[in-house]
Order: sequence, then structure tokens, then C-alpha cells
Amino acid sequence: MVHLPILRWGVPYKSVDIATVPDFRTRAPYAALSQANIGLIRRDLRRQADARARLTAIPVAELVRLAGEAAEHFLHATLPLDSLSGTTQTPQDYVAQVSATTGMPWANVRRNMAKVHGVLSQVEEVIAGLTRGLDLSVMDSGVSRTDGRMLSFFPRTDALGVVLPSNSPGVHSLWAPATVLKMPLVLKPGSAEPWTPYRMIQAWLHAGLPHDVFCYYPTDHAGGHEILRQCGRGMVFGDVASTKRWQSDPRVEVHGPGYSKVIIGPDMADDWEAHLDLIVESIASNGGRSCVNASSVWVTRHGDRIAEALGERIARVVPRAADDPDAVLAPFADPAVPTRVSAMIDAELNAIGPDGPTGRPARDVTAAYRGASRVAEHAGGTYLLPTIVRCDRSHSLANREFLFPYASVVEVDAADLPSCLGPTLVATVITADRAFAERFVASPHVDRLNLGAISTTKIGWDQPHEGNLFEHLYARRAIQRLA
Amino acid sequence: MQWHFSPETGCPFWLEWQQRAGWDPRTEVQSYADLHKFGGFQDEWLRGGPVRRWVPKGYQGRPVSVFETGGSTGVPKSRVNIDDFRIDYEQFSRTLPDAYFPKGADWLEIGPSGPRRLRLAIEHLAQHRGGICFMVDLDPRWVIKLIKMGEMTMVEAYKRHVIDQALTLLKAHPNIQCLFTTPKLLEALCERVSLKKMGITGVFCGGTEMTPQFHRFAVEELMEGAYFAPTYGNTLMGLAAHKEPEPEDDWAIIYYPPAPRAGIEVVDPTDGSRIVEYGETGRVRLTTLTKEFFMPQFLERDEAERERPCVKYPWDGVRNVRPFSGFATSVVEGVY
Repeated sequence: MVHLPILRWGVPYKSVDIATVPDFRTRAPYAALSQANIGLIRRDLRRQADARARLTAIPVAELVRLAGEAAEHFLHATLPLDSLSGTTQTPQDYVAQVSATTGMPWANVRRNMAKVHGVLSQVEEVIAGLTRGLDLSVMDSGVSRTDGRMLSFFPRTDALGVVLPSNSPGVHSLWAPATVLKMPLVLKPGSAEPWTPYRMIQAWLHAGLPHDVFCYYPTDHAGGHEILRQCGRGMVFGDVASTKRWQSDPRVEVHGPGYSKVIIGPDMADDWEAHLDLIVESIASNGGRSCVNASSVWVTRHGDRIAEALGERIARVVPRAADDPDAVLAPFADPAVPTRVSAMIDAELNAIGPDGPTGRPARDVTAAYRGASRVAEHAGGTYLLPTIVRCDRSHSLANREFLFPYASVVEVDAADLPSCLGPTLVATVITADRAFAERFVASPHVDRLNLGAISTTKIGWDQPHEGNLFEHLYARRAIQRLA
Repeated sequence: MQWHFSPETGCPFWLEWQQRAGWDPRTEVQSYADLHKFGGFQDEWLRGGPVRRWVPKGYQGRPVSVFETGGSTGVPKSRVNIDDFRIDYEQFSRTLPDAYFPKGADWLEIGPSGPRRLRLAIEHLAQHRGGICFMVDLDPRWVIKLIKMGEMTMVEAYKRHVIDQALTLLKAHPNIQCLFTTPKLLEALCERVSLKKMGITGVFCGGTEMTPQFHRFAVEELMEGAYFAPTYGNTLMGLAAHKEPEPEDDWAIIYYPPAPRAGIEVVDPTDGSRIVEYGETGRVRLTTLTKEFFMPQFLERDEAERERPCVKYPWDGVRNVRPFSGFATSVVEGVY
């Protein structure tokens, strides 16, 4: 069984306390993770300022160059896995390991690898998006000049603490630019997906970055909270319940459910068939495991027909072997979860919305195409099959997000859009009606707005969403200098 | 059995129990194994009064202390004490190495006092070894309330308040060489100061769960050469001494009860009549057999592995005691 050590400012440490991660298919122990105790974390994190001093001494241009090298190493190199035992990890080992503990098909893992590679190899473009085009040398001097005006920034923290999820490696692209922004990283990996952040760190080290700017702490929830308490700035990924305590803490950026949506404007309502592929991709790509996957489709006409057509199309997405290049769906690491989630959806299908007698029960449109059961076994894995629900806007299933391809189809009056949508991480608005589009531009609830037929999952590197990492880590100060 | 169930010496609780039970332990309990006939000591018996029902008639007229355990919510469990805490801590004192806990050295206790046995026990330990005990109090019930309210900032502030007081004492009294504190307060203290620079040579640590990883962390990174003596104990049983760690223990914390005054067994959680095999995990069951207190087969809220006897302690011990995983809700352990 492979072992992943703790990294204490880059120094490997094997803990007495070991957690095992099972193979999702056999449930047999697959990987051993050294667990960090809270005292150890607190003790290490007293040295954040030293770590930051190491990074600030490196010119940003050099960090950009190293990021490019790290990107290539992440994608292609054999990297250390446990230097204490001499274990290494090839790119294919990494793909198989992520798949074994999360259930994600190899093809999805490779797509996410490319995403991480993309953010590191194009980090200048990413940071230009974050800083709105500031000259990167501002990271070296703290001062820049734009259009003749002086700008100055100061760090809000000496390290960024990140509590990571297990759902999909692509989320790691969100914090990946932090190193070029000269910010040491303190990472708590997800319990089932410890691989990606560890490989990213090793890629940086292989590129030549000093080891003492990374901490990697597999630990329990209390350890994760301690990381967020001890770092001046943090990010936390998780569901509503697990991130609740950080919602009101301005030091911590919370990445919860996305509730991303596809909206067909009234002007395009009759052309809905032309956009079915886009909608299916928005719902199902990456196994429906990302916060940028659409979890509802909002239309002004033809709701029933759109739901039927989506149900028929998405029911073709079926479980396949992990190494099948066409595999999309990911089984659940805990086989009890699909049954619980499916039972919850079934219970809510028959519930009537808060509109009372005018509300209608929801309908699982996909059921007719996939057969009765939403839960399926395939090659030792337990899956939730894609599900399209047709319901009213007030129904409890209208605005929900699950860890598999799930979406509701909701028909509303055009006048109610976008006010009826609620918080939305990504909104793809298919419309040519400028006035309709402008209402979305003005909406405070949409974090990333795709105007036109752009999948919700298509990310532009120069367009940060879910908070701006640069603004999270740095604040602007007023500055004047005597000539 | 003769002492606890004779009308002249026994306490009202057990004498009344005997009348209701309809059998006489003085004749029917002939060995340790016969203690199962009591059917297990019930937690609820110790909650609420009258507390005098626990004072043996044989000790009437003696000064009585009452110590509490639990009590974060509801009525705490109470145990009366006359001399037991002194005897327990004097026996435990023999397990502390003089080189690290020097006779005549002064002590600092940072931890719960108030209604707890520690308030007198640590001071008695220090005095028994010729020292004087300085004290900084901590109210664990308030800490648990703060945690339940999600007031983690206040928890940190309170912890800082406690450690501030400890630092003041350590700096002002150079003869303090021995420390009693809880695992989390030890970590907090060591974040602020070097034990070595403060002249601390021995640390006696207990009060909450300690994991093997904490044990290693404390010895390797906090002690700076001082001796680390972890303990497991409570108001009901007394104090279990630890076995000195050996490499093959892989930092497991192994405790042995203060036999014959008290015993620890590890039983099958689904069948309390079965003592688990050595190395097997089970629920901890305590038995106290002093003249002041008779507590047969009390199921603790902890689990552990059953440990073989060793040369120093030729009776069963327990390895890696931790909260019992069979409870539906987790126990809030707090900072203390």
C-alpha cells in the first residue's frame, strides 16, 4: 500500500496516526495517509512569515518560468510520492490512483490533469485576469504604475490555507496561481483525493522551487478548521453544512455548491433543439461532479418537450469501465451514498411545492429511458444514473445540486428571469436579446456569466470566478511618493 | 465485601441495595470474578444526592470531600473521598522518576480544579514529594459550552488567558520544575515558551484523550528533554500509571491500573460478560475496590485494546484509550 507523508514546510513526516483510503471498487485499503495532529499544525504554522520571505525573494518572472516547468512535470514526469520510502508516481500511476480512490474514470482524470496543467502553463494570463492586467512586476516591488497612476498592494497574509474537496481534481486550478503570487500554501487534501495537491507540490519542487513554501497536512475536520484559523487567508471547499461556520468570516473564501444554470431566453425558446448537446455537456461533463456543472435548465416555453429530449439524450450516458475513453460517470467511493441520494430524490419527487394546491409534483423524466432504478452497479462500482427532473420553480428539486449529472427543467415567465434564479456560480444565457442579457449582466447573483451558447463548464483562464485569488491575498493601499 | 456490606461499616447506598437485591455479597462474592453478580455499576447512581449515602459508616466523623466528574450538561457524578486521593497519588508518586520530578521541586498545575479531584490531588502529590504546588484554574464546562456555541475565538481567548497566568508563575518562581497539565494546554504553553528555558524537567499530563501521535509529538517536539508522563484516570477509579515507551510500542500509550485498589478490564461492547483477547479492542470497564468506595464493573465511555501484563505491572493494562466509538454522538472534549 502506498503511503503519502505529511509535508511540514516541504519536509516529509510519517505520522503514527495513519488513515487508509479504500479502493472504491474492492473496499480494500489502497493508500495510507499520515495524519497531522492539531498541535503539529499549529507549531509549524508559526513559521509562515519565514516561508513567505523565501518566496518574496524570488522574482516573479522566475516564478512564472518555474510554473511553466511545474506544469510540464505535473503532466509528464515521474515524481516522488513518498521520499521516505523512495516510492515514485508516474503520470499513469496518478491517473489510476485518483480513479481508484474517487471512482473517477481515467478520461475525466486526464481532462482534469490538463486543466491543472493549463492554469500553471498559462499562469501569466490567469494572473492578468485576476489583476485586470497589472504589470506582474508589482509582485516584486509592491508598487506599479498604470495609466500614469501609482498602485500599491500589500499582502493580507503570510500563507494561504486551503481545505480541499475530493470531488474533482479540477478545483485545484483555483489555488494553483498562489505560488506565483508569492504566497506559501498550507493544504489539507480531501480524504479520498490526496493525490492531486501532492503531485502539484512535487511538480513545483521538481521544477526547482524551495521546498519550504508548502505544507501538506492530511488531517481530520478539526485539523482543517485549525489551518483556516491559523492562516490569515483561507479557502474551503465543501457542502453547505461543512462550510457554514466560515460563511461569515471574511478571511475565508467559501466554495460550496455552484447551482450553475443554463437559461434559454424567450427569443431562442423555439430553437431549443439546437442547444441540446450544449446542455447535456453542461450537466454531465466530468461526471457532473463540478460546481460549474449545470444543475438546472430554465426556459420560458416548451419545458415538457425540453425535459423529455434531455432525458432521452442524457440516459445514453451509462457506466463504463474506468479505462474506457468514453467513460463519463463516476461511481461513488462509498456505495451506500447513491442509495441514500436516490431515496431522497424519490421522496421529494412526490412532494408538492410551497405554492400549495397549485404546485405539482415533480417528475423524473429520465426514468422512462433508463429503466426504473436510478442506482446501478457496474464492474464493482455503484453509480447514480443521470437524472432530469421536470418541476415547477417552487419545487424543492428545482434548485438542487448533487454529485452526479442531475438537472431540473423549470419553465418560468421571462419577466421573472433572472430574479427567480437565486445564487448562481455559472449562468449560460442563450439569447440574442440585448435587453434580456443586460438583466443578467446587472444581476448580483451570477458569479460567471456566459452570454451565448457556451457550456457552463468551459472556463476562460482570464476570467476568474468564485472570488478573485489576487484580491483575496492582496489589498490595495493608497500611496503617494515625493518626486 | 465484609466492609462494604456489614451494617457497622458499609455505606447506606450498598446496605439498602443489599436489602433490595435479596442476597449477601459477603458470602456469595468469593473472588474478583464474582463481581459480575452485581450486574454492573450504574452511572446514574452517582448523579444527585444525598451524597452522604456513599460515606461508609466505618468512616463516620471523618472529614469528607466530594469530587465531581462530568457535568457539562445535567447533574455531574459525585464521589466522596476521605483518604483515597492521597493514597492514590502517593502510590502514583512512586512511578515518577526522581531525576525528572526532583524531590523538593515545586509544581505548577494548569488545568481543571474547582469540583475536581485534581484540585487537591496534584497539590498533595507535590507536597508528598516535598514541593509546593502553584495553580492556574481552568473551567472545562465553560470551554465545552463555548465550543458547542461555536465561539472558537472565545475558546482561544480563554486558553490564552490561562496560559498567560501560567507564564507569569513560571517566570516568577524558578523552583517550579514539574508540571501537571492537559494535552491541549501543554501544546498551548509550548507555543509560547520553551519548557527547557523555563526549567521544567518533568511533565505529568492527563485529563483528556491522548493519541499515539500526540505522545510522539509531545516527546519529540515539546519536551526538549523533559520527562513526559501521560496518565489515564478519573475520580471514580483513581490513577493509572503509564508504561515507559519502548520502540516496539510505536508510541502507543499503555496504562496499568492501580491494582489491587482498582482494576481495568476491556470487554466486548456487545457482550459485557466477555473479556476481549489481548490486543483486541473493547469497551473499558472499571472496578474500584477501596474501603472508601466500592464500584463493581462500571462501563466507561472509553474504548481501548487489552494489554498484556509487563514486568513492572504484572496485571492487565489498556492500550490507546479513546472515546468509545459506539456512541451515536461524539463527546466534546474541549481544550482542557
